[in-house]
Amino acid sequence: MTFRTDRAKVLGLGSAKSGADHWFGERLKSVALIPLTIIFVLIVAPLIGKDHATVIASFQNPFVSISLILFFLVSFKHLEEGLQVVIEDYVHSKGSLLLLIIFNKLFCWTFGLAAVFAILKITFAG
Amino acid sequence: MSKRVKGNRPLSPHLTIYRPQMSSISSILVRITGVSLALGFILIITWLLAASTNVYYFDCINSILTSWFGIIVLIGSVWALCYHSLGGIRHLIWDMGFGFDLKIADRLGWMVIIGSFVLTIFVVYYSGLLL
Repeated sequence: MTFRTDRAKVLGLGSAKSGADHWFGERLKSVALIPLTIIFVLIVAPLIGKDHATVIASFQNPFVSISLILFFLVSFKHLEEGLQVVIEDYVHSKGSLLLLIIFNKLFCWTFGLAAVFAILKITFAG
Repeated sequence: MSKRVKGNRPLSPHLTIYRPQMSSISSILVRITGVSLALGFILIITWLLAASTNVYYFDCINSILTSWFGIIVLIGSVWALCYHSLGGIRHLIWDMGFGFDLKIADRLGWMVIIGSFVLTIFVVYYSGLLL
């Protein structure tokens, strides 16, 4: 005799695998990116074209480092999810679909972590 | 799925059979700008990595970014970011169930297009890159 309910047995077995939480997570990241993008542009736009010392000095402000790390963490995840949807919509062969999804994850994680690494290194090591 | 079901039915992108409309064009542009922002992402992270490495790498990347070619790519990325953000907000409004009225949807589309250029001009001016 099993104590699992009928509902628990079929949970996640539909073609979508999971429920609305994935959809909701995508929207949550989008909404979070509205203020984060504004902060990112306000901080980074004036720094483009400036010399090395000025850029390094601006990262000594913890607000700058933390909000930029937040921006890159949320945006790389948003980029990964967005690119995956585009790949799933337009790539119809199963083999290249799987390859592209894996490559997409590799690409986004690599650059997302590279951004966080660079910001931390500038902040702590100058 | 059997071959019979697969058949010859049209698969996305439906660009060949779908009449271009204000809402469809402004919506697909959100996707196109989103995908191309991957390039802007690489660009800005390369700049950050160079800044974290040393002054020589940084000067190298900086001279590429501030060359005429770099400035065109940067301004393009800024426009893509503005368009994607405004278009994304429009999609969030749609997700909440508002703005499906044709007139409002059209007006929102124009607001996104015009707003993206206005915001781009503002950001470029604010950055002081062209001064």
